[in-house]
Amino acid sequence: MSEVVLSAKGLSKWYGPIAAVSGVDLELHRGEILGMLGPNGAGKTTTILMLLGLTEPSSGTIDVGGFDPIRAPLEVKRRVGYLPDSVGFYDNLTARQNLRYTARLAGLPREQAEAGISAALKRVGLDEVADRGMRTLSHGMRQRLGLAEVLMKGVELAVLDEPTSGLDPQASFDLLDTIRGLKADGTAVLLSSHLLDRVQAVCDRVALFHRGKIVLEGTVPDLARRVFGGVYIFELDLEGDVDAPSLFAALPGVRQATAADGTVRVLADRDVRAELARAAVAAGAALHRLVSVEPSLDAIYRHYFEGRHGTA
Amino acid sequence: MARRSGSPFIGFGAVFVKELADHLGSSRMFVLEWLVLLTGIGAVYTAISDLKTTTASDPFVFLRLFTHARDPLPSFIAVLAFLVPLMAIGLGFDAINSEFNRRTMSRILAQPIYRDALLLGKFLAGLATLAIALVMLWLLVVGFGLITLGVPPSGAEVSRGIGFLVVALFYGGLWLTVAILCSVLFRSAATSALVALGLWLLATVLWPLIVQFAANAIYPPNAVTLLLGGGPSLGQVELQQTLSRVSPSTLFDESVLALLHPATRALGPVFMSQLEGSVMGAPLPFGQSLLLIWPQATGLVAGTIIVFVFAYIAFQRQEVRA
Repeated sequence: MSEVVLSAKGLSKWYGPIAAVSGVDLELHRGEILGMLGPNGAGKTTTILMLLGLTEPSSGTIDVGGFDPIRAPLEVKRRVGYLPDSVGFYDNLTARQNLRYTARLAGLPREQAEAGISAALKRVGLDEVADRGMRTLSHGMRQRLGLAEVLMKGVELAVLDEPTSGLDPQASFDLLDTIRGLKADGTAVLLSSHLLDRVQAVCDRVALFHRGKIVLEGTVPDLARRVFGGVYIFELDLEGDVDAPSLFAALPGVRQATAADGTVRVLADRDVRAELARAAVAAGAALHRLVSVEPSLDAIYRHYFEGRHGTA
Repeated sequence: MARRSGSPFIGFGAVFVKELADHLGSSRMFVLEWLVLLTGIGAVYTAISDLKTTTASDPFVFLRLFTHARDPLPSFIAVLAFLVPLMAIGLGFDAINSEFNRRTMSRILAQPIYRDALLLGKFLAGLATLAIALVMLWLLVVGFGLITLGVPPSGAEVSRGIGFLVVALFYGGLWLTVAILCSVLFRSAATSALVALGLWLLATVLWPLIVQFAANAIYPPNAVTLLLGGGPSLGQVELQQTLSRVSPSTLFDESVLALLHPATRALGPVFMSQLEGSVMGAPLPFGQSLLLIWPQATGLVAGTIIVFVFAYIAFQRQEVRA
């Protein structure tokens, strides 16, 4: 197992009688991207602030690279880069001056800081607007500048709170690309978001937050198996006069078959693609398409919470 | 509980330099400086035209530059007593809340610094800005006086002038911490500015009136004394003075009076018996004047520290989350 960058155990935060976070356990290794997902108010940001030592946890222990954020916050903050939710900059300074100020606060030596700033700005594609005032920078550019700040610091752990919120598809794609670059550098990334499909694309593991607790944690296929109970999903496009749903439902291993808009959706206990194809052809239908569908995070999420609300 | 590790002053220099640069370059500062400069020049100019006639006879002609007033214009120190708090509040009222409103706070606090460095850096940068402005003004007044009066200031005048500068700086510092405290407590910059200005008006304009009423109520004037043409009772005078010294503007006024009018012997009531054998109107040495205002000056410094401590505690307990 690779080096553990972050570990939190039994993390809780109470605001009066209300638990914003209760009993959260997290572990993150070098070069790993963990996505924290959940609706607004599920405790993601509070968890992040506790990890950074910006809020004191009511109970639980945190270890960031061997340091406790409460007792040694400076050591922790030196190792962690943070991109807050809707990050702000000083409008009276240029992009480069903003980063220079952060570099001075971070205590980086001058030459190293200048080189780091230029490299980071280039990496996020802001080198051309670096010396323009902040007022001319768009929301997407500000978000990228925030990421440049994390890059410049050269951290072990990058904590990104809703990095893609409010960005257009191209901008968020670029941002996620830079985040993949962080992973390639060996930086551990903790990403929080409520935009599920975008997060799915970059995360190694995801942790689903709900009412201050992590209700599900693992890789996306892993979660799918747990939520859907080991179900395989296939889709077929057929042409021909056949009653596909009842035809497939009769096959062994198939749980359920439904048709909608000419596409047949089959839920099965195992990989039954060969049987499906054979049955379709034997019934005289033309098989145009047969695919195995990976359930999306979105589907997992919805299915899980529907189940929850049903029982709760 | 274990102590937190690392120095609270890490990053202090960076904050100080940035805030100082922001202050000196800001349009707010520009307006305030010109305001002080123009009113100052007006006051000093009239003073000089009056003083030219007494240059030879007055041993403290340079100090008169600061204190001389001719209707309708106020004296230079009256202008400063009015504008220094205004300038200090202008520098501090959005120190902390602007960081939240610009959403830079969490980004800055995620850097390896303590909040101590941020607050102290902002306070000292504001104080340094005030000091720069005051020293500039002071030098201008003295230079203006040198050219027009044609006599060099004596050593006593220079030391009294510098003493005045230090007291004015701490007076400004007190209002700066009040403004910073407001900026910690109120998330809206406008609310913070209004509360700070309200407190200043309370201390400067309303407090003396309140004190007078209170003293009158507690020690009602004796009808017999009044009929005989006597003033208020000693108890009333003392109570009124003690209460009025709660206001920093009283402390400042008294300090300035003793520093710039060397003949001032006491700041409270004096009995005839205490004046026996004294040479009326003779100036006190600088050291004695300093002794006279020591409690006032200490009060101003202590007030600055106490208000700063309150701001510090409030800021430390604040949630970073906007």
